[in-house]
Amino acid sequence: MLFFSYFKDLVGREVTVELKNDLAIRGTLHSVDQYLNIKLENTRVVDQDKYPHMLSVWNCFIRGSVVRYVQLPPDGVDVELLHDATRREARGG
Amino acid sequence: MSSGLGLENLVDQTISVITNDGRNIVGILKGFDQATNIILDESHERVYSTKEGVQQLVLGLYIIRGDNISIVGELDEELDASLDLSLLRAHPLKPVIH
Repeated sequence: MLFFSYFKDLVGREVTVELKNDLAIRGTLHSVDQYLNIKLENTRVVDQDKYPHMLSVWNCFIRGSVVRYVQLPPDGVDVELLHDATRREARGG
Repeated sequence: MSSGLGLENLVDQTISVITNDGRNIVGILKGFDQATNIILDESHERVYSTKEGVQQLVLGLYIIRGDNISIVGELDEELDASLDLSLLRAHPLKPVIH
């Protein structure tokens, strides 16, 4: 639940999603769901020459199970808030 | 509260699916479910290679199981039509490693 809430707060920000097949996609976070599936808008593949497979795709749905990393804007991370939320989750079980 | 992200806005649109084994399948989304299982009509696979242009293999009506899906992309048909696939050279996509 914690990361679901955290990503909901990041909607509208630019992120780069790196997948488990090494593909990296940059885009605006449109929405996220309980499985941490991600919908991105204005997508562009990071290394477009190497991966022209998505040249005509502007918006995409990325299955949560295939995400390796989500690279965030540095000012999108409120460390204090995350610490508190984590402590609450750990306590609440 | 189990309303996941819908693919509803993509139904009847042309989409590009990237599967876990690195395949790219293009077709019209006809249906989906919570597990991201997908029904794709008029589908064809685009095979990329470094030696020759993109090969298109006609598949027809397909069901793709959700646990094999990486990306579902909304294909911009105009942009796609302007691409010359016979000139594209690329390494095939890598398979997903969990």
